[in-house]
Amino acid sequence: MTMLHTVNKSPFERNALDSCISLAKAGSSILLTEDGVVGAMQGTSHSKKIEEAMANISFYVLGPDLKARGLSESNVVNGVKVVDYSGFVDLAADHESVQSWL
Amino acid sequence: MEDGDQVVKKFMYMNRKAPYGTIYALESLEVVLIAAAFDQDVSLVFADDGVYQLMKGQDTDDIGMKNFSPTYSALGDYDIKKIYIEKESLEERGLTLADLQELKYEDEDDDWAEKDSIHLVTRAELADVIDAQDVVFSF
Amino acid sequence: MPIEVDGQSYETDEEGYLANLNEWRPELATAMAQADGADLDENHWEVINFLREYYEEYQIAPAVRVLTKAIGKKLGKDKGNSKYLYELFPYGPAKQACKYAGLPKPTGCV
Repeated sequence: MTMLHTVNKSPFERNALDSCISLAKAGSSILLTEDGVVGAMQGTSHSKKIEEAMANISFYVLGPDLKARGLSESNVVNGVKVVDYSGFVDLAADHESVQSWL
Repeated sequence: MEDGDQVVKKFMYMNRKAPYGTIYALESLEVVLIAAAFDQDVSLVFADDGVYQLMKGQDTDDIGMKNFSPTYSALGDYDIKKIYIEKESLEERGLTLADLQELKYEDEDDDWAEKDSIHLVTRAELADVIDAQDVVFSF
Repeated sequence: MPIEVDGQSYETDEEGYLANLNEWRPELATAMAQADGADLDENHWEVINFLREYYEEYQIAPAVRVLTKAIGKKLGKDKGNSKYLYELFPYGPAKQACKYAGLPKPTGCV
């Protein structure tokens, strides 16, 4: 069963991204939204976790939330795909279930 | 510290959250602007995810929220001249001061020369600045 | 209560501030002033236009103290004082002029 996990809190502030990565099964996807998008950026003290987890999990980040915060799409960790709202809908439809981490 | 009949206290606003995901950043800014009318010794801190509040190039059109980042440039007009950014917070996020807006004020006592409001401080230096405050508001 | 200008209706809040900043037109300011029993001259417009520019740049309506200082710098010392501004806008320069300029009520305004 493939699951889409969404994380909307910054990894600097809460451990939702950590927990999500460690509990997500291989083949599932993680979408970062709202303040969670800062976790998608290159060169931060959290970037390595995503880089390592990417072998088994697909990562996505919501573009409008990056743009709102002045974060450039070109600075996200390599391999993280930027999606817009309709991409978010497609992801939700393409997975069997959606798990929102708080 | 006495200034005429009025007691001037040192007020610090501590900003530690990214903008837009929660209401803290905007609320803090509004409180700062309102409280500026009271002529106190005000300073602002941006630490932890609070440094994201000052990112250049914010564009909120696609998330349907008001972009309040231009308002930080008005702080100088409100006589808020001390803005502390924690160095370690920037480094942990792969950011430098160049990623943030420049904030300036005009010095009345120096022929209105434009001066930098932003002070980059280490965590240890920030601890001393906090220690010297009368009141610290947390956002 | 909405304002009617040239057969078009504009939404306002309970204090008469325009609901949607982008709907503002100079004719609205004139209509608001007339409702207050005032005619706008070029000195009023100077302040109204200044407020709109200030909002455009900083996304806030300035507090009256900030407005006074900024007007003094831009339009000269004889205009940058509260006496001058209160004569133009007796209901309070920030409050009344912001209303005519279509801006929200200033944060922490007097």
